[in-house]
Amino acid sequence: MNGASSASQTLEITANAGVVQARQRVRALAQQCRFSLVEQTKLITAASELARNTLIHGGGGTMTGGLVEERGRRGVRLVFDDRGPGIPDVDLALTDGWTSGAGMGLGLSGSKRLVDEFLLETVPGQGTTVTVTKWAR
Amino acid sequence: MTERVPILQIGNVLLVSIQTDLDDQSVMLLQDELAAEVVETGAHGVVIDITAVDIVDSFVGRMLATIASISRLLDAQTVVVGMRPAVAITLVELGLSLGGVRTALSLDKGLRLLERARAESLEEPEPDAAAGPGADGVGPDAAAGL
Ligand SMILES: Nc1ncnc2c1ncn2[C@@H]1O[C@H](COP(=O)(O)OP(=O)(O)O)[C@@H](O)[C@H]1O
Ligand SMILES: [Mg+2]
Repeated sequence: MNGASSASQTLEITANAGVVQARQRVRALAQQCRFSLVEQTKLITAASELARNTLIHGGGGTMTGGLVEERGRRGVRLVFDDRGPGIPDVDLALTDGWTSGAGMGLGLSGSKRLVDEFLLETVPGQGTTVTVTKWAR
Repeated sequence: MTERVPILQIGNVLLVSIQTDLDDQSVMLLQDELAAEVVETGAHGVVIDITAVDIVDSFVGRMLATIASISRLLDAQTVVVGMRPAVAITLVELGLSLGGVRTALSLDKGLRLLERARAESLEEPEPDAAAGPGADGVGPDAAAGL
């Protein structure tokens, strides 16, 4: 689990309610980190997309979130982790509008734009881990 | 735990005000119930108030766009009112333009927009009569004029 702070907490995302809880958890973290309203909104929206992917495409998993401090900056880091089918073609999955299902195909590409750091690790047949970080301005 | 969002009827307009953080199933339920209500009541307008909504992701965005297209097919107009500036900024960056969705800053402005849209649509000729000269439909006459 890369770089989540010691105070980070893990949340199970195994049903629709987990996606709602993920949004609430991330809102609390963003407020703790004193994000502006716009930064807060961007991070919660990204988290909502990634949590839904964990549930729908990954077959359920976890979100681990916490505050991080690096080189004098403060931010929020979220790790979405599942043991689902993985993503065979990452470039395709990151294309605006591309969906393997019935979605809008904006979750991965859109959430990448909404955060400062975006790391997608996936192994077909083994699972997917998406780590995102947003720094306070 | 599916939540049901109340749908109010005021004259010919259906009004929905989203007050809680809805899970995806509740969002789908709202979409289905709104479509059914438009048919049942013959409403000519739908107002969705998102003043209290602090994020709109692609799932909710799609619901708004879908309701707008369904109501259009049923001869009704949809207006989304009260979108927060931070939500609008985030939606654009997410990649959702919501091009087909009308918006207004307040409930009051939304209702007035619907009234005006209704008045304008009543002035237009019926679609059946639109094949004659001067109409911009692609009837046989329009083709002959090329
Ligand atoms: N956690 C995941 N596990 C497996 N596949 C995923 C995961 N997240 C995303 N994907 C794949 O990437 C595609 C694009 O994701 P996204 O941009 O969120 O669009 P959508 O969810 O609307 O399909 C998905 O359709 C899916 O095929
Ligand atoms: Mg998605």
